[in-house]
Amino acid sequence: MSEPYLRTVKDITIEERFAQGHRMCAGCGAAIAVKLALKALRGPTVIVNPTGCLEVSTTCYPYSAWRLPYIHVAFENSAAVASGVVEAIRILNKKRGKKLHDVIVIAGDGGTFDIGLQALSGALERGHNMLYICYDNEAYMNTGIQRSGATPLGAATTTSPAGKVIPGKQERKKDLIAIAVAHRIPYAATASIAHPVDYINKVRKALEIEGPKVIHVLTPCVPGWRYPPSESVRLARLAVETRYFPIYEVENGKLRITIRVDKPKPLEEFLRPQRRFAHLLRPENAHILEALKKNVEENWQRLIKLEESGVTL
Amino acid sequence: MAQVERLAFMGDEAVAYAVKQSNVDVIAAYPITPQTIIVERLSEYVANGELDAAFIQAESEHSALSICVGASLAGARVYTSTCSQGLALMHEIVYATSSMRAPMVMTIVNRSLNAPLNIHCEHGDIMAERDSGWIILFAANVQEAYDLTFIAFKLGEDPSVLLPVSVNMDAFVLSHSIEPITPISDEDAAKFLPPRKYEFEVDADKPITYGTMALPDVYMEFKMQLKEAVESSAKIFEKVVSEYAKLSGRRYWYYQSYMIDDADAIVMALGSTYGTLKTAAKKLRNEGLKIGVLALTMYRPFPEKQLAEILRNTKALVVMDRAYSYGGIGGPLYTDILGTLYRNDIKIPVKNVVYGLGGRDFKLDEAEAVLRMALDGAEAGRFDVNVSWWGVKG
Repeated sequence: MSEPYLRTVKDITIEERFAQGHRMCAGCGAAIAVKLALKALRGPTVIVNPTGCLEVSTTCYPYSAWRLPYIHVAFENSAAVASGVVEAIRILNKKRGKKLHDVIVIAGDGGTFDIGLQALSGALERGHNMLYICYDNEAYMNTGIQRSGATPLGAATTTSPAGKVIPGKQERKKDLIAIAVAHRIPYAATASIAHPVDYINKVRKALEIEGPKVIHVLTPCVPGWRYPPSESVRLARLAVETRYFPIYEVENGKLRITIRVDKPKPLEEFLRPQRRFAHLLRPENAHILEALKKNVEENWQRLIKLEESGVTL
Repeated sequence: MAQVERLAFMGDEAVAYAVKQSNVDVIAAYPITPQTIIVERLSEYVANGELDAAFIQAESEHSALSICVGASLAGARVYTSTCSQGLALMHEIVYATSSMRAPMVMTIVNRSLNAPLNIHCEHGDIMAERDSGWIILFAANVQEAYDLTFIAFKLGEDPSVLLPVSVNMDAFVLSHSIEPITPISDEDAAKFLPPRKYEFEVDADKPITYGTMALPDVYMEFKMQLKEAVESSAKIFEKVVSEYAKLSGRRYWYYQSYMIDDADAIVMALGSTYGTLKTAAKKLRNEGLKIGVLALTMYRPFPEKQLAEILRNTKALVVMDRAYSYGGIGGPLYTDILGTLYRNDIKIPVKNVVYGLGGRDFKLDEAEAVLRMALDGAEAGRFDVNVSWWGVKG
């Protein structure tokens, strides 16, 4: 795709496939991520969604926020359910002309990094033509903010509390895109709700590519990260500006940073507004803050090297 | 009824042949002994262009069934097969499948559950899914496993049913035994099972939200609908087996039986043991002993009314279970029967024989001994022991 789908925010369609009136929190980053992703559709589309905030807040019978076919089955199996939808529609198209549909999974980090990782790996390996979007709020928010494989080093959750002896999560976050790219899929990318044109263009580009695609979008969570609802997009932007969440894509193994951050802001600017990190800014936990900063910087340098070397991942 | 050649098939092969003739759209499965031959044959049919279907080998049984749910909602005719550990891994989605009213056929090659590790015949795997809202059928021989596959597709996909159906077949005893079968012709199969039509299939022009959250104010109503769907599927079963009889000359019913009308005592079982009991019963009948044998083809919905009519006319009953409810009062079929008898005011002595767990052989002479035990119970008007584990060593 030589021309991007959108040039500016003014090009974004006003059509809403994700209806207002759902029960997501005020300021929910995931709701913004879904709303924006559905601005990129190119035709008939099916959404598959595992159990989680998004599911319980948008499908409470007899209401639904989905103006397109939507399937929820369980927590760990969205990539598998989507595999079945993709292959069924493909064979029914061949046998009796059923209209082809794009199939998009929208799954949280718990359903992707942890319990759904096996199903995701199986689907990526089998090569089904689907787009898998992980909205990552960095913990199990639906059950009340428990740590996940996506929770960053040091963050306090209800199962990795900021205790006197163990101050927050002691392990670093999994690298989802590296895992996805290891399956040699044609397209994987990160995205931010603070950069809607980049994000929507990536969703559209992914839909145009045949095969399995993964997009990882960071979605601030008001109750989970503990900040005022008005700050979601600003935090998402700070995550990019501090290099905490680098925005890049890997197309046919070639990595390209799509939002360059030449002069990063101090990581504290991203951390300070969030009470999940409050303990990291206290002197006794300076070593954890340093370790987190080191993770962030190492990751950025690794991406820069991969981009500059032009190596095929 | 078209003329067809008799074929010799292992149970697994016969089922795969029926699935191929059923013109399925999507097959998703994960290999597990003794089901593997089914999926091997199906992948060969697809690879050789003999079956135009999507064959997906999932990375686990949990995903295999999840793929099937997605494919079924999308409107496809869907097939899977598993057993034992695989079925246990599917457990979560087994319930979702029936509750989301996603029809499909699953052959369960009944095998014991760990531990200890054992790959042989037992019904404990399906009994753990007994209450899930699936229609549960049992085959007593290879021909039945073949025939019930067609019946299962037709029944489950009926617009007034929309339920998944499991066809149960004893591990090795049937799955790996070569028996002669009389197939139906491809033309008859196509007539019996035209391409699936599903009013609510995934379609962006008619967007539907599948698998919603339902809170306490409506959850019970969803479950009531499931209950009614499973129970009323029996009527459709009668219609489907009658149509299949016209096609094949073979008539299926809720149960099958041998000489029950005048029987002093009846022995009942599920699966291939029926054949063993029947052979033994013939010998006893030749001796003038009034024994009858009964096997359920349909286990869920449970044919309570039909069974009550039969059991009202006999003097004693032995119920054979190839599964057990540990800490309960007996095997699953036994407890179903006790409930049936009590609710229908039938007062006869009933004994539960638990046998064949982990594939332990149940031979002809043992079948004869069980039949004689049933007759003794009829004569005495009682059994000394309620539940006995057959043939357990010292």
